[in-house]
Amino acid sequence: MEGGFGARFIDIAGFQISETILVTWIVMAILITLAILARIVLRKFDIIPKGVQNVIELIVETINNLTTDTMGEDNAEFAPFVGTIFIFILFLNLIGLFGLKPPTSDVNTTLGLGVLTFIVIQVSAMRKKGVMGHIKGYFEPMPLLFPVNVIGDLATPISLGFRLFGNVIGGVIIGFLLYGALGALSSKLGMSIPVCQMIVPIFAHAYFDLFSGFLQSFIFTMLTMIFITNAM
Amino acid sequence: MDELTAKAILTSVSAFGAAITMFSGMANAIGEGIIGYKAVEAIARQPEAVGDITRTMLVGQAVTETTGIYAFVIALALLFANPLVALL
Repeated sequence: MEGGFGARFIDIAGFQISETILVTWIVMAILITLAILARIVLRKFDIIPKGVQNVIELIVETINNLTTDTMGEDNAEFAPFVGTIFIFILFLNLIGLFGLKPPTSDVNTTLGLGVLTFIVIQVSAMRKKGVMGHIKGYFEPMPLLFPVNVIGDLATPISLGFRLFGNVIGGVIIGFLLYGALGALSSKLGMSIPVCQMIVPIFAHAYFDLFSGFLQSFIFTMLTMIFITNAM
Repeated sequence: MDELTAKAILTSVSAFGAAITMFSGMANAIGEGIIGYKAVEAIARQPEAVGDITRTMLVGQAVTETTGIYAFVIALALLFANPLVALL
């Protein structure tokens, strides 16, 4: 297998664009379209919700409740960030259902999200305790533990990124092996069309894309919220 | 030692190392199982707290899983992005 499961590059009008970026752009287009559609629907805002407004209110309320339950009532301002990260990662994982390679199976995407979380953690801690107060926190309980505290903070984005990456790439590799095995089985049975690939992968997709994709995006947002609350 | 032998040794040892690395999945599964077992016990004792317990259980299992994921990433690096190949 040349190159393994790393990023593949596609040549578009003389530019080398990686498959990860392309699929991420597709997801972003889908999300922006959905947001514009929601905005158009909400122009006729009713006090008593019906139809699409019901669904939108359900999503917003669930994310708001999750944030206030985990981070406390006074941190409700983080709900938009948390909701955005959750929906973005969820769609990045679910795009695997359409036969595209999920962008979260590229370590660059997940570590980028981890670095984003790291910046939010540091900035919110500095806003809460002041810059000097936050730096002083590294020398507690005693100054000798300063390197340990720094390493502990730097480990947060790495563990967040690699957790998401490992789970998604595991699903991608198992799906790849399953498709290969089913194709080989059909050709051994003498069929020119790989018939065996029809039904069996549905269960793998249901587990790895739907269940695991939802669970991993949930866990990423939960850990983000817990880390932010701990740092403040 | 000629280059072919060196390459053969390196590939076989890398594949073997990747297999050994994945043994951490065993300890990982035991740990996650213990968390699930305790969560079921807690839900049986206090059925009204099922939402909180499930959420805490999932986060705990995700943190436990980290070691297994690290082992998996190391196994992938050994198979597809082996840094030792450059030494040949």
